[in-house]
Amino acid sequence: MSDELIRLSAAALGEKLAAGEVSSVEATRAHLDRIAAVDGAVHAFLHVEGERAIETAAEIDRRRAAGAPLGPLAGVPIAIKDVLVTKGMPSTSGSRILEGWIPPYDATPVTKVREAGMIPLGKTNMDEFAMGSSTEHSAYGPTHNPWDLDRIPGGSGGGSAASVAAFEAPLALGSDTGGSIRQPAHVTGTVGVKPTYGAVSRYGSIALASSLDQIGPVTRTVLDAALLHDVIAGHDPLDSTSIPEAWPSMADAVRRADVSGLRIGVIKELDGEGFQAGVRQRFHESLELLEKNGAEIVEVSAPHFEYSIAAYYLILPAEASSNLAKFDSVRFGLRVTPEGGGTVEQVMSATREAGFGPEVKRRIILGTYALSAGYYDAYYGSAQKVRTLVQRDFDAAFANVDVLASPTAPTTAFKFGEKLADPVSMYLNDIATIPANLAGVPGISLPSGLAPEDGLPVGIQFLAPAREDARLYNVGAALEQLLEARWGGPLLAQAPDLSAHELTATEEGAL
Amino acid sequence: MARAELMDFDKALELFEPVIGLEVHVELNTTTKMFSSAPNPANSQFHGAEPNTLITPVCLGLPGSLPVVNGDAVKYSISLGLALGCEIAPSSRFARKNYFYPDLAKNYQISQYDEPIAFDGEVEVELENGRVFTVPIERAHMEEDAGKLTHVGGSTGRIQGAEYSLVDYNRAGVPLVEIVTRPIFGGEADTPALAKAYVATIRDIVLSLGISEARMERGNLRCDANVSLRPRGQEKLGTRTETKNVNSMRSVERAVRYEIQRQAAILAGGGTIIQETRHWHEDTGATSAGRPKSDADDYRYFPEPDLLPVVPSKELVDELRAALPEAPAARRRRLKSEWGFSDDEFQIVANSGMLNELAETVAAGATPAAARKWWTGEIARLANAADVDASGLVSPEHVAELAQLVDSGTLTDRLARQVLEGVIAGEGSPQQVVDARGLAVVSDDGALIAAIDEALASQPDVLAKIRDGKVQAAGAVIGAVMKAMQGKADAARVRELVLERAQA
Amino acid sequence: MSEITAEQVAHLANLARIALTDEEIGHLTTELGQIMHAVEKVSEVATPDVPPTSHPIPMQNVFRDDVVGTTVLTADEALAGAPESDDSRFKVSAILGEEQ
Repeated sequence: MSDELIRLSAAALGEKLAAGEVSSVEATRAHLDRIAAVDGAVHAFLHVEGERAIETAAEIDRRRAAGAPLGPLAGVPIAIKDVLVTKGMPSTSGSRILEGWIPPYDATPVTKVREAGMIPLGKTNMDEFAMGSSTEHSAYGPTHNPWDLDRIPGGSGGGSAASVAAFEAPLALGSDTGGSIRQPAHVTGTVGVKPTYGAVSRYGSIALASSLDQIGPVTRTVLDAALLHDVIAGHDPLDSTSIPEAWPSMADAVRRADVSGLRIGVIKELDGEGFQAGVRQRFHESLELLEKNGAEIVEVSAPHFEYSIAAYYLILPAEASSNLAKFDSVRFGLRVTPEGGGTVEQVMSATREAGFGPEVKRRIILGTYALSAGYYDAYYGSAQKVRTLVQRDFDAAFANVDVLASPTAPTTAFKFGEKLADPVSMYLNDIATIPANLAGVPGISLPSGLAPEDGLPVGIQFLAPAREDARLYNVGAALEQLLEARWGGPLLAQAPDLSAHELTATEEGAL
Repeated sequence: MARAELMDFDKALELFEPVIGLEVHVELNTTTKMFSSAPNPANSQFHGAEPNTLITPVCLGLPGSLPVVNGDAVKYSISLGLALGCEIAPSSRFARKNYFYPDLAKNYQISQYDEPIAFDGEVEVELENGRVFTVPIERAHMEEDAGKLTHVGGSTGRIQGAEYSLVDYNRAGVPLVEIVTRPIFGGEADTPALAKAYVATIRDIVLSLGISEARMERGNLRCDANVSLRPRGQEKLGTRTETKNVNSMRSVERAVRYEIQRQAAILAGGGTIIQETRHWHEDTGATSAGRPKSDADDYRYFPEPDLLPVVPSKELVDELRAALPEAPAARRRRLKSEWGFSDDEFQIVANSGMLNELAETVAAGATPAAARKWWTGEIARLANAADVDASGLVSPEHVAELAQLVDSGTLTDRLARQVLEGVIAGEGSPQQVVDARGLAVVSDDGALIAAIDEALASQPDVLAKIRDGKVQAAGAVIGAVMKAMQGKADAARVRELVLERAQA
Repeated sequence: MSEITAEQVAHLANLARIALTDEEIGHLTTELGQIMHAVEKVSEVATPDVPPTSHPIPMQNVFRDDVVGTTVLTADEALAGAPESDDSRFKVSAILGEEQ
């Protein structure tokens, strides 16, 4: 029963809850048991709510019994990326500098999830302040890929993706600044969506790069992503960049999925050199499948995408260097006093030296440099212009096609330590995901199969014009259906059984 | 701190031309802060709040918090820009000014950099000696205030020598408009007075707009004064210093004067001026060296990504322009002419800082002459004696009522002064004081006649003299009657009646 | 565009208030040089005729009503996360520099 419960999609679990076939307490308990069993090996969670989650579930069960009107995800457990602040739950953003901090307020997406009756299971691991593509930069140790525990689960949201892939949670919240939802989905065989910039409130999301960050769903199915998207999207007066207009239902787009006549543009700059053979093979098989079912495949060019990474690694560090200045030991978080005391300036510097990891320091110094007097125009100013050019590439492409497609990332999951010593090569991992953040357009990654050469999951990415998120759910749901028919079930059914690792569960940082 | 060498002011003016630039920070009195919906301590209803109680996650810069612009603060800023004769930017933006300081919650200040809301204006400023200057305004931009530090330990309560500091973020995020002048030339010997008059004019403008409480002692209005000297005949501007912490009108004048004298002594002695921040000390009447300007002032400004451009519609700007009150200089000219005061009479009123009180008193029904007499006379005297602000002593409505009671003959001047004391003591309106204390002039002839007859009867020799036509002898009887009436009689009427009764 | 020196990195660390060790400054000087070399290519296409983009989704005039909100914290909530506090205020060590 318990194993069956954790393998249900969120939508299916929601239906069983609504039908009274299972209680939220049972479902929540099943997931907490699963976390207890496998998270020692996976290390997806930094904090687990435990009995408090059971209490919340019991409250939903009571409300349901009392006949209260509840949404489709009411009573369904959810994991929350530690980048989102949660009232009464630790929120560290993967950093030592925030260890033990309990925020006095909830992030808006967390509020919405609670209002929808969902049960927060805990907080998931991530690269420190979401800087990274592997979770190796978490101050609390890396998360392991459930497909191969020696490999990275992607990043920065490796914890959310792994929690879903390891059946520790039916779905999760993530954040995507340059691919932190989509790239982990790619390497863990899960679904991740970065909505249009401004679709989901950033209020309460510990900012990395304010003009790039976006919160979105991390799930195992496209329908689950759509249901969660419908919960968290919408205008928030507490976020000035929140889009005020109402959104159509993404779940409806999934249920009406149909690609006949859909024009899909293949970005030629993201379909060649530098992409692993198996990644490209599964990508093209997916396109053929879509074409057979009525879609039209068109090649498009986005000549400025090659400048995206350069622009991104100027804009992100610049904004981050300013956003992370608030971690100064005065109002919250870590304080380190130099031996023998010191002035407040020395305390701040010692705290930031001790509290930030190497990647965070690297990017803060880089951003400070990019903004400093005399360099602004050449670096930050130029990067903002590249942003304009990337947007123009998107505009030109979307004049001819409905959605764009590419592999989500160049390779399958790499091994721990493989790219740690070479930041530039690590940064190249984001080549396919970054342009969407620069332009603010929405993107989805869903599984397209396993790479023949290493048997690891591969994702396909679709991008749509800003505010046209529903198109992603249409094409994503259609492809998912076609692929699952071919595979005879979800891709994750082919993932190794983690129960073999249960015995090592206490070994590593179980919290 | 050692007091610097100062050159005689007149001598300094002989050798050098002073050039000043003024930066005035105005705290707006909106209900909430600039970027957070926390109560604004610069609004009177939230004065004196306990530390760290006017706070949201935004004011503390808590992780995840985001700023949202207060729409009224933008309107106030546009109104102020218009009152300063500025252009309103068709599109303006916020920027982050990055520097670490414990009173700055996010370690960046949200300000405006290359796209301020208002720019290119000018303000007419009238000095106490009647000279009128036009001060050029470079820009006015919106920003947020920082929190408040208290330095504990050490002997001075100042930053030097303190053991630790305490931070209260109530003030963090209070809406500010910073008004920056262009360099002001030609002030010459009037330069210190001009600086003071400029700040007073800004105060008058924001008060007339109702957008700030403008109390310098509370920090609602703060002035930084840039001063430089250049030798006579030299084109190039001298090195400037920026004096901060100037917290009263009088200090503005004194600090500018001090810097002119200090810099002149250094330059005349062959020294050079260091470009630095200086601090004004009210107690010693001197400035002291602060932080030198250096490469470390790299604020790494960039457009605030959490906020969007402010693009005021033409309709909004026109609407705010139409609602502007009269400019202070124009208003003075109008009032002077309406009231029919001489130059000297008007200047005394203007310099007393009681122009508004006078105007309100006249509006409440007093004649301009009576209003002037009361405010610059008895009320000023009482305020001075009590060392308080005259405007806080009594309301213009009450002064007007008092003046009317005198005009109607209900009160003599002497009685009116007693009534004023009662009003100031909180006994109510002038009429209420008259009633309660029974101070009205006795206008009942019957009571007067009885008193007169009694006085005449007791002084038969005087009566005889009056009857002989020696009218001046009546004075003795009038005095006795006034005494019997405890002063509550009109002396002229008493005299008439005495003469009448003497012939009866 | 420019070679980055250890002195520059030390200056940046001071601006960013991070007490980097000499060893870290050494590593970062090398890495920053490599990264800047890789990102400098933005200037190839950032010509004067291209306007900069700060916000991916263009919007303007987003204002809030001047009304006290529901997110006001109590002093206890405000101070709950503070490493040190005293008398309802946040406590910090003595300050070296002056206000800006």
